[in-house]
Amino acid sequence: MSEHHHKETFVTKYIFSQDHKMIAKQFLVTGMFMGIIGVFMSMLFRLQLAWPEKSFSIIEAFLGSHQTDGVMSPDIYLALVTIHGTIMVFFVLTAGLSGTFSNLLIPLQIGARDMASGFMNMLSYWLFFISSVLMVISLFVEAGPASAGWTIYPPLSALPQAIPGSGAGMTLWLVSMAIFIASSLIGSLNYIVTVLNLRTKGMKMTRLPLTIWAFFITAVIGVVSFPVLLSAALLLVFDRSFGTSFYLSDIFISGEVLHYQGGSPVLFEHLFWFLGHPEVYIVLLPALGITSEIISTHSRKPIFGYRAMIGSIMAIAFLSTIVWGHHMFISGMNPFLGSVFTFTTLLIAIPSAVKAFNYVTTLWKGNLQLNPAMLFSIGLVSTFVTGGLTGLVLGDSALDINIHDTYFVVAHFHLVMGVSAIFGMYAGIYHWFPKMYGRMMNKTLGYWHFWVTIICAYGVFWPMHFIGLAGLPRRYYTNTNFPMFDDLADINVVITMFALVGGLAQIIFIGNFFISMYRGEKASQNPWKSNTLEWTTPVEHVHGNWPGKIPEVHRWAYDYSKRVDAEDDDSDYLHGQDFVLQTTPLLDGEEPS
Amino acid sequence: MLALFYIFIGVAIGVSFWQVTRILNFRSSIANDKDNKTQGKNALYFMVFLYVMMVYCLIAMNVIMLPESASYEGEHDDNLFSITFWLIGVVQFIMQFLIFFFTYKYKGSKDRKAKFYADSHKLEFIWTVTPAIVLVVLIGYGLWQWNNVMDLSGEDDPIVIEVYSQQFRWDARYAGEDNTLGLGNVNYIKGINTMGVDMSDKNAQDDVQVTELYLPKGRKIHFKFRSQDVLHSAYMPHFRAQMNCVPGMVTEFGFTPKYTTEEMRQQPEVIEKTLGINKVRRAKGEDPYIFDYLLLCNKICGASHYNMQMKITVVEPDEYEKWIAEQPTLASVVK
Repeated sequence: MSEHHHKETFVTKYIFSQDHKMIAKQFLVTGMFMGIIGVFMSMLFRLQLAWPEKSFSIIEAFLGSHQTDGVMSPDIYLALVTIHGTIMVFFVLTAGLSGTFSNLLIPLQIGARDMASGFMNMLSYWLFFISSVLMVISLFVEAGPASAGWTIYPPLSALPQAIPGSGAGMTLWLVSMAIFIASSLIGSLNYIVTVLNLRTKGMKMTRLPLTIWAFFITAVIGVVSFPVLLSAALLLVFDRSFGTSFYLSDIFISGEVLHYQGGSPVLFEHLFWFLGHPEVYIVLLPALGITSEIISTHSRKPIFGYRAMIGSIMAIAFLSTIVWGHHMFISGMNPFLGSVFTFTTLLIAIPSAVKAFNYVTTLWKGNLQLNPAMLFSIGLVSTFVTGGLTGLVLGDSALDINIHDTYFVVAHFHLVMGVSAIFGMYAGIYHWFPKMYGRMMNKTLGYWHFWVTIICAYGVFWPMHFIGLAGLPRRYYTNTNFPMFDDLADINVVITMFALVGGLAQIIFIGNFFISMYRGEKASQNPWKSNTLEWTTPVEHVHGNWPGKIPEVHRWAYDYSKRVDAEDDDSDYLHGQDFVLQTTPLLDGEEPS
Repeated sequence: MLALFYIFIGVAIGVSFWQVTRILNFRSSIANDKDNKTQGKNALYFMVFLYVMMVYCLIAMNVIMLPESASYEGEHDDNLFSITFWLIGVVQFIMQFLIFFFTYKYKGSKDRKAKFYADSHKLEFIWTVTPAIVLVVLIGYGLWQWNNVMDLSGEDDPIVIEVYSQQFRWDARYAGEDNTLGLGNVNYIKGINTMGVDMSDKNAQDDVQVTELYLPKGRKIHFKFRSQDVLHSAYMPHFRAQMNCVPGMVTEFGFTPKYTTEEMRQQPEVIEKTLGINKVRRAKGEDPYIFDYLLLCNKICGASHYNMQMKITVVEPDEYEKWIAEQPTLASVVK
């Protein structure tokens, strides 16, 4: 029994906490705050895209000197899309999602008292916090924040002459991201070490819940790829500030020839996408892990094909590190490389398809408890399929030529990684809220939140495919300068309507979240009748998670509705109920599943 | 000030929401059979919404899509796209049906027992192998077409044209009678020599610099792209052509125009799309639109990225010969 009763002050309990449960909540709330900023930005630039000449007092109110009479300037439009992308991808869906649930669930589900290093865990959060603060500060730089797109391709991101946001705004972006990467690396190393070393007795790797598998593999890809982004960013800092020429060559701008010689922007693209593509899976895999767990629990069925699920997570993770070039088919790299990357990219469809089919089979003949968490998981499967399928178009280099950087791409990645990952995050929050706060979230508000969100998500991104197929490039401040796109104006209005309603609908969630925190129904110990270890801990958080000994594990996590007679669906439950905690020893003669 | 006002309104709404929850019963948290029933039905309604929307968009938005490829090389792109699109369309319709129909059909109730079904190697084998086989076809056709488009070595007598990008305009340079471009570098940019052509290079003398592209129908065009400042991307959607312009290096792309601008204007698809566009333009009181091929920038390049375009006109070969003969050579322009 871990009885360190050193006195907890407010500061050590809520601020510089080393308890993984508190750190998880810190990640979540910070991520949500950043998410509000990111979504709000998208609503502003959707206004601009639907009604380019119209004046909006909300734009006047929030964009200050970057607007005239309520119409935003082209520079700030680019800044908004840049920061929206950066915040959503890194701050919300990497730190907010992975940071929250890896921290909360890894120790609880593997049966550990805490992370391997509580101090490093705390450090990881506070570095993330500092990087968030810097990113927010960069919004207030006079010339505007970074505006070269979230991919910050040089030379645009290197030369303040090319775009004002590449001055102080870009510097802050780079510093913020460097700190973010440090935070992410420290966190990931901690997750890996914890999963490998601190599993409780009986918790073999093949008995881990799929959540843990997903977090574990995610951390591994993070450790492999994030350092490359850090080096890319450092070289960019060198080019910007110390006169090196890693990425720049032969540039004539503002009436003069710059001194840069011999560098190549294509090098940056390689380095960036070596992280950038695995990043997609850093975002998505935790969401898929969460979904596997939730669909199984709420279907009252074992997850179908547990080992295939692990295999496909590993396959996706491995392939994700050798497909980055599909972002660069038309970058000017050797066409032969394009062929190789087409091949590896399309291979990802196989493990992805296995996952999707396995989810659907898990639903089949289940006893689906349609809680909000379950609906969001089902929504994830839906958007994952919709967005994933268009990947077959984009991954094929020959087809990519004509839709590269159009709205088709925007629609594709928003569905497959944006909406899907957000749905996974929501599912996780609804499901584990009782574990985090000891209270339940309101289900009626949850239902409203889900249905409005998924309708709006499809309303925004399904039509968007078609304006992409009409040839409309992304990152255009307005398309009124091209008469050939005039017939897309109405569709843009519809998309914006859905985006505004969808964005505002998130207020339902935020309201539900904070009110439930104080007013929600008190949670029972195991509200969802789940098998995993976190539900054997007391509702009130204790340091070290279990007041007594750490429980021993005797079976895998998915013995839902196990029968006396495996062949007979009408036979009684083997353990008298439709779930069997992992801590329950095997009965005499019981076959492990 | 206004921002403060909005924030204040937001806070006020939040506070009133908070107050309302005092009255509301906030104590209902886990789905019961009634919820499962309602939500199961909702899943079905949503499925109907999704199908109606998907089909509606597929039909109604057919007219806004790009017309058939205006280059010979792009024909296979269109083919491959149709095959892929039908394939993913069918999978999409089946999968979404299964997802939401199962949600409805197997909605939970006290009387239901879930089937304990953890594994089936046969099923998993099937859905590993089926996508793999389908992918072989897609990858095979895709790679064949990719090589087809990107391989510029086998052409005899293509027209060599340099497309030159800068913030925020396009220029072009024809290689002239010798069909070889003179060397270029930013260091040579001076006065009227805006593309930085090395005028001491004998290949440069007969080069022709223009601001609009004229292309002959039926001849291979071999584009070479340069950029003088940041990344740009030369996107010619009607020809299924795109390539980034990268400062410090020369990139290449090629295609053979299939229809002249005039012929393209007579295409039913184009006529229909133009009608739609002009309906919108009339409502706004703008001049009617006439179809033209365009080259647009498709890589974020700065404030006016959204307005960086160049007109392309495809004409009959003899007309092209006449046009190119009228253009002044660089030697006669740059002294």
